[in-house]
Amino acid sequence: MAVAAAAGTALGWWGVPLGVVAGAVRVSTPFLFVSLGECLTERSGRINLGLEGTLVMGAMTGYGVSYLTGSPWLGVLAAGLVGAVFGATHAAFCSLPRVNDIAIGIALMLFGIGLAFYIGKPLIEPQAAMLPSINLGWWSSVPPLRDALRVNVLFLIGVVLAPALVWGLKNTRWGLILRTAGESADAALALGYSVNLIRLGATMAGGFLAGIGGSFLSLYYPGSWNERLSSGQGITAVALVIFARWDPMLCFWASILFGGAGAFGPALQSVGVTEGYYLFNAAPYILTLLIMIITCSPRRTLTGAPAELSITRS
Amino acid sequence: MPVAGALGIEAVAMTKRFGDFVALDDVSLKVAAGSFHALLGENGAGKSTLVKCIMGYYRPDQGAVIVGDRERSIDNPRAAHALGLGMVYQHFTLVPAMTVAENLVLARAELPAIVDWRRESEALEGFLARMPFRVPLDVKVSALSAGERQKCEILKQLYLERRLLILDEPTSVLTPPEADEMLGLLRGLSDRGEITVLMITHKFREVMAFADEVTILRRGRLAAQGKVADLTPDDMARSMIGAEELTAAPARLDRRGEARLEIRHLAALDDGGQPAVRDLSLSVHAGEIVGVAGVSGNGQRELVEVLAGQREASAGEIRIGGEAYHATRDEMRRHKFSCLPEEPLRNACVGRMSVAENLAFREFDRPPFAFGGVWLRKSRFREEAEGKIRRYRIKTRSPETPVGMLSGGNVQRTVLARELGERVEVMISANPCFGLDFSAVAQIHAEIIAARNRGAAVLLVSGDLDEILEIADRIVVMFNGRLVHETPAGRADLVEIGRHMAGH
Ligand SMILES: Nc1ncnc2c1ncn2[C@@H]1O[C@H](COP(=O)(O)OP(=O)(O)OP(=O)(O)O)[C@@H](O)[C@H]1O
Ligand SMILES: [Mg+2]
Repeated sequence: MAVAAAAGTALGWWGVPLGVVAGAVRVSTPFLFVSLGECLTERSGRINLGLEGTLVMGAMTGYGVSYLTGSPWLGVLAAGLVGAVFGATHAAFCSLPRVNDIAIGIALMLFGIGLAFYIGKPLIEPQAAMLPSINLGWWSSVPPLRDALRVNVLFLIGVVLAPALVWGLKNTRWGLILRTAGESADAALALGYSVNLIRLGATMAGGFLAGIGGSFLSLYYPGSWNERLSSGQGITAVALVIFARWDPMLCFWASILFGGAGAFGPALQSVGVTEGYYLFNAAPYILTLLIMIITCSPRRTLTGAPAELSITRS
Repeated sequence: MPVAGALGIEAVAMTKRFGDFVALDDVSLKVAAGSFHALLGENGAGKSTLVKCIMGYYRPDQGAVIVGDRERSIDNPRAAHALGLGMVYQHFTLVPAMTVAENLVLARAELPAIVDWRRESEALEGFLARMPFRVPLDVKVSALSAGERQKCEILKQLYLERRLLILDEPTSVLTPPEADEMLGLLRGLSDRGEITVLMITHKFREVMAFADEVTILRRGRLAAQGKVADLTPDDMARSMIGAEELTAAPARLDRRGEARLEIRHLAALDDGGQPAVRDLSLSVHAGEIVGVAGVSGNGQRELVEVLAGQREASAGEIRIGGEAYHATRDEMRRHKFSCLPEEPLRNACVGRMSVAENLAFREFDRPPFAFGGVWLRKSRFREEAEGKIRRYRIKTRSPETPVGMLSGGNVQRTVLARELGERVEVMISANPCFGLDFSAVAQIHAEIIAARNRGAAVLLVSGDLDEILEIADRIVVMFNGRLVHETPAGRADLVEIGRHMAGH
């Protein structure tokens, strides 16, 4: 907050939009990764609510590995792998008969959070190597602007990943097969594909991305490991997928919007507006509600929802 | 890729059990290369199960499949595809949310890692140019009518260069001219020795006109087999149902009363928000069956959904017995309103709930099934269900079997049993005989006429003109969301009706 406060003094009200933009980039990154991962999983016809647990596990693992090896990137990779293992566990349970994916997801969420706190106890004190950022504001002499344009590398990867996923779902063999499993298990079976195997792959990929999203929390912003690290970003990101109509590009914009709305309160506070502070912190949720109400219509069915999801399947 | 040319197939002593229920009992079937073979049988006889075993969709408990002249083990549909076998399933297997082009390309055995859509589209256009019918490539399958979807399924198989094609009731969603066009095409291909066809159907007319040989199943066993030329439809019917009696339709009583169901200037939108029903007015009198004819996709589905309360009307009103009607559960009960929608498994059942529960949907929260509006009496459900299962001859292992596991025709009977179970005064029925065998059709027609004779107002929406001509008192034709023609059934002129159905 110290930086933002400086912005307030140097730039006056301009600090608010700047703060919102910088916040949007920073805060949106975990949303972006988790929602892209969940988007993949849900497009294959399964919901993994366990991503909150995966996120926290990823944060803990990333931090631990970065601390032990000195390389934050190894930490990111390890976080992704742990996420994939969680995804595989979810898929394995779900492929048993009469098992509900939502229930398994909740169980894995609680398990992931508990396990991360348990293993991560010794990691609260030490300082691990952090992820680097790229300075896109080198041309400016205004410190708050430079600060706002300091962009983390994971965000940039996410920026590329979202359109890449859109393209891949449409133009690659894997994309087509994954969508088939999500839209009609019968069709996938008739084509001779194993629906469970496809969903295993999609849930592991989803877990991998969510794990990376978690490593961002501990290795960049806020950049430490403790038990209050995640404030439900995992769950929120799952909701973002519905909001984004299962479209990776819309997931990207939704994450930005959510991140920006989340940064609105702090940015206002930094220029000295303290009244109604809590109200502004609720901005993301109010925004979501508003958009949901505006875009939903009882006359139309929820467009874009994969037909095999347990919430839409009839 | 297998070499071109029709492929012969033989299934030897197939047995398939689901739990302790024997769906298929020691059935053998031989289909000669280049022939057109029909597979007949009642609902639940095991026809779909047999062909699914051949395709590797189910694993038979006993039996072997000989393809060409070698025994092959077919563990999954991909193995069958690799041998040149293809199947069009009873329930559509196109992916509704994808375009036609995506569906066709997706089905290819060697799908490239990266799909070059420009090249694929060109190849598909080239292929379609050689075909006798076309479908639009860039449209989502969900936007196609049932007939177009079925064409698409068959085009897909031809595109994949199958040498033996299995079709599970391919014509039940088509109008008779559409069916003839499609079967004629397949017949031509088999005459030229390009493919072998094995077709499941309930329509004797199609068997007589297109098939060389026929196999008939009854209750999972082989009942008869032979050349079509040596058999009459009566012979086949007898083999199918054995000693069972057909339900005879009751004589029509003239009980036409006051206008019971009145639809005034009704309009409704489809899923995409486009107008589907336009300014439609119609009244149905007590003791009258009004048949709505028309090619599917002209707004019939939306009309039925509005009447069933599954879709909001965008304009107009519906009145029953003079009162405004909004399709609430309470009004349905008060007006004794019942509805048999299309695709009952999707629109009128919960597949994973039991037959008994599905049968009780209309009444489960009232006495005698419930007391105090809260507690449900499961034993009453069961008794009631057993009665209906017997009366409507639903083939299910027990009242507790999930509805989704019944054969297509028996799902239909379950819904019918529920909807006709109580006294009805207004009945909406959409393609009630879709996929039913002839004994079930006779039974359902008899029940509908009986309901009419008791004074019910019946609105029958059907893509099958023969059905409408058979049981309706008055016929209207629906085209592009509007009613464009009306005639009493007694004086119906087929040419005139056909012209209006085509929109001229
Ligand atoms: N997956 C399954 N599990 C349990 N029972 C099944 C399953 N599939 C089919 N059956 C039962 O096997 C019997 C034969 O079903 P099948 O679908 O082969 O009938 P069919 O001859 O194709 O009938 P229809 O004309 O109604 O389609 C039915 O009684 C059905 O209830
Ligand atoms: Mg069948």
